[in-house]
Amino acid sequence: MAKVVLTLGDDVSTDAIYPGRFMATVLPSETPQFCFADLTEFNRALNGKQIAKGSVIVAGNNFGCGSSREQAASTLKGHELVIVAKAFARIFLQNSANLGLRTVICPTLEAKEGDELELSAAEVQNKTSGKRFPIVPLPKARQDVIDAGGLIAYARKRLVERARRA
Amino acid sequence: MGMTVAQKILARAAGLPSVKVGEVVEPRVDLAMSHENAALVMNQFLEIYKETGLAPRVWDPARIAIILDHRVPAESAKTATNQKRIRGFVKEQGIAKFHDVRADEGGICHQILPEMGYVHPGYVVVGTDSHTTSHGALGALAFGIGATEMAAVWALGSVLNVEVPDTIKVVVKGKLDAQVLPKDVILHLIGRISAEGANFKVLELHGPTIREMSVAGRLTLCNMSVEAGATSGIVPADEETARYLREEAHLAETLEPVVPDADAAYCQTVEIDAAALAPQIACPHTVDNVKPVTEVAGVHVDQIVIGSCTNGRLDDLEVAARTLRGKRVARGTRMLIFPASWRIYRQALQKGYLADLIDAGAVIMNPGCGCCLGVHQGALGDKEVALSTTNRNFKGRMGNPNAEVYLCSPAVAAASALTGAITDPRG
Ligand code: SF4
Repeated sequence: MAKVVLTLGDDVSTDAIYPGRFMATVLPSETPQFCFADLTEFNRALNGKQIAKGSVIVAGNNFGCGSSREQAASTLKGHELVIVAKAFARIFLQNSANLGLRTVICPTLEAKEGDELELSAAEVQNKTSGKRFPIVPLPKARQDVIDAGGLIAYARKRLVERARRA
Repeated sequence: MGMTVAQKILARAAGLPSVKVGEVVEPRVDLAMSHENAALVMNQFLEIYKETGLAPRVWDPARIAIILDHRVPAESAKTATNQKRIRGFVKEQGIAKFHDVRADEGGICHQILPEMGYVHPGYVVVGTDSHTTSHGALGALAFGIGATEMAAVWALGSVLNVEVPDTIKVVVKGKLDAQVLPKDVILHLIGRISAEGANFKVLELHGPTIREMSVAGRLTLCNMSVEAGATSGIVPADEETARYLREEAHLAETLEPVVPDADAAYCQTVEIDAAALAPQIACPHTVDNVKPVTEVAGVHVDQIVIGSCTNGRLDDLEVAARTLRGKRVARGTRMLIFPASWRIYRQALQKGYLADLIDAGAVIMNPGCGCCLGVHQGALGDKEVALSTTNRNFKGRMGNPNAEVYLCSPAVAAASALTGAITDPRG
């Protein structure tokens, strides 16, 4: 079970997730501190470890729109958050799969802060309200990458295979 | 069934006779672009090679472009150190298309690539920047990817797992008013189809209005196609593309354009009557919150910005210079100009545009991204309002979440500089 710790509307941009002024910080090990930096209270709770790993952010359409900055995915991954949104912007969704950030597409979800969710492969169950909502599968182009444990591992495997053939 | 431009380019790059929408392919890359975020790409690239026993070598140093533009000259020790590491990597790997902080070669990546002739029609271009969509203006399929994905491209030379996108056909007809510019066309389109209207799709731009538009104008359109969520914007190459590549990018070769089949299938068609368009404004805090200028005229503006990869080209500076020549920027309003590249800076200097702008009170900044992403120069104060020709107005985008950013064309920006408030350039 996972608790909803934040609910957001449509069009949450990567500027909101990881403001541009922190972009000189690039390493996945260093980006988590600036997660939603302008939502000061939420950021403080994250950095103060008051939010459990596996907690859920619920959002509307087009989550992660805007800049391609990968820090937006690595900062959320650093706190092991799970994003359940009605829909995701393309580059953000790809970055998430590449870095192993869990994203769930659930167009009809009704949930509010504090609700407890059960996430399975096919649906989201809101334990608090008792309602169930179907999940839309991730684009199939990303599944191999996710199955390999992220793009670094996937690309490494491909590289080694190629070197062996050469 | 025929193919769209995106399908044709992907089929060729994947070595297939044809591709269908939704099919997963692995296109080889013709050009791979990064900017300061090459520092992260390098890190991930070395990760891929870890414990493989292989020496880290990029697949083709001639096909990688790295342009330092986001914070030039460096604003902090951290950035300077990242830039230094990038220079080291460029040297070690022999990366040819490197543009450093120099007035003889520098500028914003999305201006450098076209003006250097690095992008050809039919190319697959990827960039660690969402506005890589810009390069569709030359008839390429150009899209943004993340840093780890770019690291895989550097290692393998192809983009792993691309799902062939659907295409929306946009047809623009009618003559634009003299004060209505390509920026107004794309703002209008984004307002109409919304910030996610083209998510996972390509916008293919057609119609007489587009045919008459210069490559500079087409770059503005394709640049902002990502603000409707598009994977890429594409203007199929034509005579204007060939003229640009020959005369402005100094390419000697003649290049084959890629045009869609007559029976290509589109998921949607959007028609725009250019003759009926008024200047458009994207209001805070989303790019699709678009209104005709008449609805927001009179809003006081503290800072006006002309520049960026959207509207920092010679055409844009000319509009500004023409409007401000012999006049003054209103007191109480600051005006900042960021030419998109040093080549444009020099041309604007020779044509006298920069002198006109300086005399009017505008501050000419060095070419680069400047205040567009809010990390470097020209930050806004609390409760201040900016009117900008850049492409994003998200909360905090210009460095201050307590400020507001309106987006507009250079004609609106220049007219508003004279009054200090949002002004309709048609008078
Ligand atoms: S000018 Fe702005 S939008 Fe363009 S590349 Fe630079 S930061 Fe990005």
